[in-house]
Amino acid sequence: MNLTGALLFMGGLGLTLAVILTLANRRLFVAEDPRIDDVEEMLPKTNCGACGCPGCRAFAEACVAGKANPAQCTVSPPAMSAFIADFLGVELGNEEKKVARLACAGGNHVARMRSAYHGLQSCRAAVAAGGGGKACSWGCLGLADCEVSCDFDAITMDRNGLPVVDEDKCVACNDCVVACPLNLFSLQPVSHRLWVACKSLAEGDEVLADCEVGCTGCARCVADAPGGLITIKNNLATVDYTKNALASKLPIQRCPTGAIVWLQDHTVEKGAAAKRIIRKEALPVDPTA
Amino acid sequence: MFDLLKFLRPSGTFSHGIHPAENKHFTAHLPIRRLPFAPELVLPLSQHFGAPSESLVHPGQEVVRGEPIAKANGFMSVPLHAPATGRIKRIELMPTAKGPRTPSILLEVYPGDSQEVRYDAPRDYTTMEPKAIVQAVQDTGLVGLGGAAFPTHVKLSPPQGHHVHTVLINGCECEPFLTTDHRVMLEYPEDLIRGTKILMKALGAERAIIGTEENKMDAVAAIQAHLPTDGPISVQAVPTKYPQGAEKMLAKALMGVEIPSGNFPSSVGLGVFNVASTAELGALFPHSRGVIERVVTVTGPGIEKPGNYLVPIGTPVGFILKQLGFTGTSNCLIMGGPMMGGSVASLAVPMTKGSGGLLVLTEQILEQQQRDAVSYPCISCAQCVAACPMHLNPSQLGKLAHKHRYEEMQGDFHLMDCFECGCCSYVCPSGIPLVQYFRIAKSSLREQAARERAAAS
Repeated sequence: MNLTGALLFMGGLGLTLAVILTLANRRLFVAEDPRIDDVEEMLPKTNCGACGCPGCRAFAEACVAGKANPAQCTVSPPAMSAFIADFLGVELGNEEKKVARLACAGGNHVARMRSAYHGLQSCRAAVAAGGGGKACSWGCLGLADCEVSCDFDAITMDRNGLPVVDEDKCVACNDCVVACPLNLFSLQPVSHRLWVACKSLAEGDEVLADCEVGCTGCARCVADAPGGLITIKNNLATVDYTKNALASKLPIQRCPTGAIVWLQDHTVEKGAAAKRIIRKEALPVDPTA
Repeated sequence: MFDLLKFLRPSGTFSHGIHPAENKHFTAHLPIRRLPFAPELVLPLSQHFGAPSESLVHPGQEVVRGEPIAKANGFMSVPLHAPATGRIKRIELMPTAKGPRTPSILLEVYPGDSQEVRYDAPRDYTTMEPKAIVQAVQDTGLVGLGGAAFPTHVKLSPPQGHHVHTVLINGCECEPFLTTDHRVMLEYPEDLIRGTKILMKALGAERAIIGTEENKMDAVAAIQAHLPTDGPISVQAVPTKYPQGAEKMLAKALMGVEIPSGNFPSSVGLGVFNVASTAELGALFPHSRGVIERVVTVTGPGIEKPGNYLVPIGTPVGFILKQLGFTGTSNCLIMGGPMMGGSVASLAVPMTKGSGGLLVLTEQILEQQQRDAVSYPCISCAQCVAACPMHLNPSQLGKLAHKHRYEEMQGDFHLMDCFECGCCSYVCPSGIPLVQYFRIAKSSLREQAARERAAAS
């Protein structure tokens, strides 16, 4: 008797709730384009934010709504982006691949140290503790905050303590740009081949006292570049990328330190006049530098 | 039994905090002495909290000691005065104690000059309007000499609706090793009392308390000797404890009030000023002079002649150390005290208005430190919770910082109330660099907020 009563009560309760839920589902139903789920399924689901949306789901919604092009996803292989565009019947879009680039070439074999930093191995901690001891106050500290921030294993630290970006793996997600306390990273389209690998605003001789590969602002590249492509701003050669069509290997040729380089096919090409660095080991700490 | 009832009595101090070895015996008994002028002074245009000063000089120009060489750029800024008679060499980017290079005026000192301070019109604060006093204080270029370098005249202009009834003069100097404030109280009590009266007049305050710690009773006696017993100014010693010298801790100890999170002391009717700044104000104000030198404690086991020295602003650290017998490297230097000071990365860094101490360690100590600097996982012992004077939870904050969950630290665990006193790192038995984590988190959050502001505008 007791068992039957309990079964009847629980069964009745379940039935009543099921009816309420069914009615609620009918009345409160939100019509959603089923293609959003399909597109999300096709996306890489890294939620990296490189496309500008707060995650892959938001990007799928934007694509379906026609507010974004599938090619804006820099993580998907191009074939997958083309497939998504085909599936939705929208334009693929024409997004040029961007990569993160470091505006410093001062590894520990060419850049001098005034004092040794011992402490939490993080660039940001070193900046809080008097700047980290590097003589150049704009240069890379080499404590790998960017390497830690990269979710795609695209950044590795080389033997001289400089981060190297693997252009194939880099999806331009902006994480390293945010992580670097010295703002040395920026996202650049791969067609920007002429690159000034220095951020020092110090004057000529002072740059050389701190680092052997810094930009001294000697303006030889300015003289060699056509049509105002390069200008000197605050003692630093600056490339005007709106005139990128004029870029060639010519301006790098006479650079005495090799601070301005040509980046193509995963190689860094320095000019003929750039001083050759054969030193491999780190420079000693020198408080008078 | 009576110990159990202790919480019922006003304790005259704040809760939590630590008591590190004081190490003040190196310099506490040594009178303030003058150091010679360096051949070249480096004067950063941004020595204070706020907008950098605007240079008034050009290379090659001759300046007289005490003459303004840079003017204030707006209200949140102060002028800069020439610390010596000489010639302006150039204006260029020079390294500072914080690390990045900032525009600085380089002054070549005339070696044979008598270095008389330029004479200016006398001023009498008793007949001046509060508004005029605030302007005159800005003209002295005075900032908080305790380290934060917050412009004093800004503190004298509390926000609308705040009335300051009590001025607290902060002479706690809770940092180990430093004795600058101690010597100033002992040697310049008259300037200190005059400065206090100027501050009271500018704020319309009824009374003032000079607060110091119980390890400086001789300073209390020296000031009391110059005070009437029933006047509006009194001296009070509170228990020696770190960080007693933080303004929130001092307000709690002397007045028993808590300054609400994110608010100025003026929101509870208080104005808190550093004792060295107040004495400097008392000395400068009657003669319309500007800040051109300050007392610096140069101390520590790594220096031959420790002491309290009157140093012209802009003297490079390397020059001071050479005068006082030091042969080590820049690895051993800390600008300020051992708890909150920052390491100095270069001997070319100048002493600025905010630098009150220079601690010199030895290579042996550093090597020992590096050997001991091993960090183990958090064992949740809560010693940091018992030490944090802001009643935060450093243990939890540290775990979140390790995972880079900075927004959660700010939103749920009040990271921004942390003023980086370092008590948590000091007591941590696992050697976790907690305060360093918090500095990283705070700098990341500040940068992110700046980016969001830039994106919004």
